[in-house]
Amino acid sequence: MYDTNYHRASSVEEAVKLRSSQDEARYLSGGMTLIATMKQRLAAPSDLVDLRHVASMKGISVEGRKVRIGAGTTHAEVASSSALKSVCPAICHLAGMIGDPHVRHMGTIGGSVANNDPAADYPSAVLALNATVVTDRREIVADDYFQGMFDTALEEGELITAITFEAPEKAGYAKFPNPASRYALTGVFVAKGASGVRVAVTGAGSNGVFRATDIEIALSASWSSDFVASVAVDAGQLMEDMHATPEYRANLVKVMAKRAVAMAG
Amino acid sequence: MGMEGIGARVARKEDKRFLTGKGRYTDDMVVPGMKYAYFVRSPHAHAKITGINVSAAKAMPGVIDVLDGKQLQADGIGNLICGWMIHSKDGSPMKMGAWRPLAVDTVRYVGDAVAIVVANSVAEARDAAEVVTVDYEELPAVITSVAALEAGAPQIHPEAPGNLIFDWQIGDGAATDKAIAEAAHVTEIEILNNRLSPNPMEPRAALGVYDEAEDHYTCYTTSQNPHVARLVMSAFYNVAPENKLRVIAPDVGGGFGSKIYIYPEEIVCLWASKKTGVPVKWTSDRTEAFLTDAHGRDHVSKVKMAFDKDHRIIGLKVDTIANLGAYMSLFSSAVPTYLYATLLSGQYAIPAIHANVRTVYTNTVPVDAYRGAGRPEATYLLERTMEVAARELGVSPAELRRKNFIRSFPYQTPVIMNYDAGDYEASLSAAMSAADWDGFAARRAEAEGRGKKRGIGMSCYIEACGIAPSQAVGSLGAGVGLWESAEVRVNAVGTIEVLTGSHSHGQGHETTFAQLVADRLGVPLASVNIVHGDTDKVQMGMGTYGSRSGAVGMSAIVKALDKVEMKAKKIAAHLMEADESDIVIENGALKVAGTDKTLPWFQMALAAYTAHNLPAGMEPGLKETAFYDPSNFTFPAGCYIAEVEIDPDTGKTEIIQFVAADDFGNIINPMIVEGQVHGGLAQGIGQALLEEVRYDETSGQLLTASYMDYAMPRADDLPSFKLSHQNTPCPSNPLGIKGCGEAGAIGSPPALINAITDAIGVEITMPATPLKVWQALQAAQPRMAAE
Repeated sequence: MYDTNYHRASSVEEAVKLRSSQDEARYLSGGMTLIATMKQRLAAPSDLVDLRHVASMKGISVEGRKVRIGAGTTHAEVASSSALKSVCPAICHLAGMIGDPHVRHMGTIGGSVANNDPAADYPSAVLALNATVVTDRREIVADDYFQGMFDTALEEGELITAITFEAPEKAGYAKFPNPASRYALTGVFVAKGASGVRVAVTGAGSNGVFRATDIEIALSASWSSDFVASVAVDAGQLMEDMHATPEYRANLVKVMAKRAVAMAG
Repeated sequence: MGMEGIGARVARKEDKRFLTGKGRYTDDMVVPGMKYAYFVRSPHAHAKITGINVSAAKAMPGVIDVLDGKQLQADGIGNLICGWMIHSKDGSPMKMGAWRPLAVDTVRYVGDAVAIVVANSVAEARDAAEVVTVDYEELPAVITSVAALEAGAPQIHPEAPGNLIFDWQIGDGAATDKAIAEAAHVTEIEILNNRLSPNPMEPRAALGVYDEAEDHYTCYTTSQNPHVARLVMSAFYNVAPENKLRVIAPDVGGGFGSKIYIYPEEIVCLWASKKTGVPVKWTSDRTEAFLTDAHGRDHVSKVKMAFDKDHRIIGLKVDTIANLGAYMSLFSSAVPTYLYATLLSGQYAIPAIHANVRTVYTNTVPVDAYRGAGRPEATYLLERTMEVAARELGVSPAELRRKNFIRSFPYQTPVIMNYDAGDYEASLSAAMSAADWDGFAARRAEAEGRGKKRGIGMSCYIEACGIAPSQAVGSLGAGVGLWESAEVRVNAVGTIEVLTGSHSHGQGHETTFAQLVADRLGVPLASVNIVHGDTDKVQMGMGTYGSRSGAVGMSAIVKALDKVEMKAKKIAAHLMEADESDIVIENGALKVAGTDKTLPWFQMALAAYTAHNLPAGMEPGLKETAFYDPSNFTFPAGCYIAEVEIDPDTGKTEIIQFVAADDFGNIINPMIVEGQVHGGLAQGIGQALLEEVRYDETSGQLLTASYMDYAMPRADDLPSFKLSHQNTPCPSNPLGIKGCGEAGAIGSPPALINAITDAIGVEITMPATPLKVWQALQAAQPRMAAE
């Protein structure tokens, strides 16, 4: 790790101000990606603005079907929230499968969504739930937010403060983990709600998280895992690496979609 | 056996410090004035070094010095060597290329060390290393053993034309060819044994301390055999004479073979300490460990197994190519020869065997012994071949094995080994019964109803441990003897220190060795301390590898205890005015048999040291040393059964049950033995299902350089294991011990692959990842994808 300056922010305003006062500053939330990257000297921020003490970014609120998850909420908190479980158990299930217990107690939803790792779990939930990414300056709908691998609609210095969504009628998440890293080799989040059926795939797309529209159409016609089987998944846009071929990922998209639907009930 | 003696499940004495974070590892060592090293390493798999510029690095903050290979060479530090001479079948010696501790003109794998930076902190050393400019002229690289032997392949060492290190054979080729020609059936198979990274929890580290006033060096390092390290660094690398070099291997967090060898870093840290005048510490990070720790396995083999009409094996022919990486590591030549091909008879009476082994250089990390070392390769080859043969012959795998088992001992195989004892049927029966083999068909039918493919597979392994009779290995090319030493020191108050040449890096010697002493002398376990790992404290010893510490290391302790007991009895007889032959040792006291005369152990010890009243002519004190040289290898054997269920939608294998029935001879501490088997099984399952080192075959870049891409087994990848032990005591050592450290890793991979191929009906290579299983199923049944 290179030398870096540490700042502890106590409010969103202070965090944004600290971040903007330095050219090479970065926000630090759980640090589960950033710190590891810095240790390998693959990232060298001049300054780190620690968000973990910003109270307004923490916690989960559920009012009726409206859900707000503070960006600083850890995966473990999401996984174990009984309020969230009562309206959207699928997201709790997803959070409980991220990394290992250490990662789940440090990593946050805001950090994961801001990083937009193509194999991270949360982007699929945010996209399938038609969630809104709330920042210090605006609200961004999920369809506009994800722009490719590690690429988002966030402007320089823009800070995610919360993720909000309307709890779906049904939702499910199924993930086939990479045997080495346990990131999603392919993960599929399915949701049926006010905005219809939405199916989002992580871990598989060569351009990051994406909506599987053919599966959405099939499930809109009939919400059943059998219906998924009839859909042809094009391997053309899927990733190839040493762990999986595009054809294998295409297969996993269908298999995980079926399982996610079965879980959603 | 008592509560603490042989056979007792005593909790490990060393666990308190390990589990509370109080272990003392090399990286925990702090000496006054200590500075930190960072190595500049080659980013290329193969390149000429045309220039090294360190001036900018030397000017960086905190930097003490930057040293390169030319300086090291100028100071007379020698090249790293392989310590086991193998001759090719044409009689020529193996062709060893030069391995300089710091590369001078050529780098041969990604991670090859080029220069060392010494600075006030690791961060400053690393900062400076980043500005060392090394000019490289890239050369084409070759990664796989098969490609390295092809005409026109890049030439890696001038000493080894065509990258061939040796072309060696064992056994009777003519008799084997004749058997194959006359066979009723020949099973032919190609076997790939995947390349593995050892991944001990503690990465390698070295701290070199040069004392100018005494002209003396101390090396703290992560070694499985500190005495051998000292010997080799003195005799071959010219670091310092042995009396001027102390090697300390303190707590070591696992080795699995990878910490047997002497690596460049410890040599360079010692030399750099003298050069810079400060103690120099280096600790590998995990990426460096992936890049530079010696890898294991990497064999490509062709097999022909010949059967007569009654399904008896009449011949076995093996042709193996073994990848030794860019340089010959310390025991690299022995692994694919005498630790591999000598085990090709397995548990079977095979009248004719011939194996040919070619070893080759490639632009990859050196390959050497890794848990099992040659024996997993032999077992995998043989047990996969047996399974395929059983399927081809239409007989059950158990029956084919039973028909060919060796049943009378001693048994001389056609490939050197003389098996002394065993009961292969006992382990096979125990394993099949524990696995409910006969109930498998019903379980498979039930699984099929759930859309799952269920398979069962077995593996009957044998290995050679207790390495090794010195004269025998000497005649086969070993550069060292493979005996072990022990010193038993009885203190004046009766407490005991045992100084052993074995080294404990997870095996639990502090407990099991103490159990032996407690059992023999009736003293409490708490009054026995085991001392190891320091060449200044402990007499010359050979260290720990090849499951040898029990069979060889403890046998040395037995010999020393024999001497202690003899002298103690003499003293007791003298003090109690009895005949020496009437003295017995019971519950911590020396007694005159058949009387009520008794002398507490500590009083006898005190008498030995006060020396006020000893038998005439007896020297004071009570301390005895012994060296034990085994008369034979030991032969642990057993039967493993794996039952798996495969999800055809994803290709994922779930291990439903894993049964291990092992014959380790007598057992000192069943709990520790079970732990060793559990760990070995985890590594074997890792090899079979998850682990594989992958290089880019063009650039030679290591693709699996972190746990993001190298899949280690986790707890949830493993089932609960069903273990049992059969016991045919080893006749060649006083405790009847065979060794248990490697069996799990040796026996498990073929059992798993046999189970998986049973489930999916097609062949597959290790690791059987979900991707590969799914692809195999697709190829076999193109239309059965996730419908």
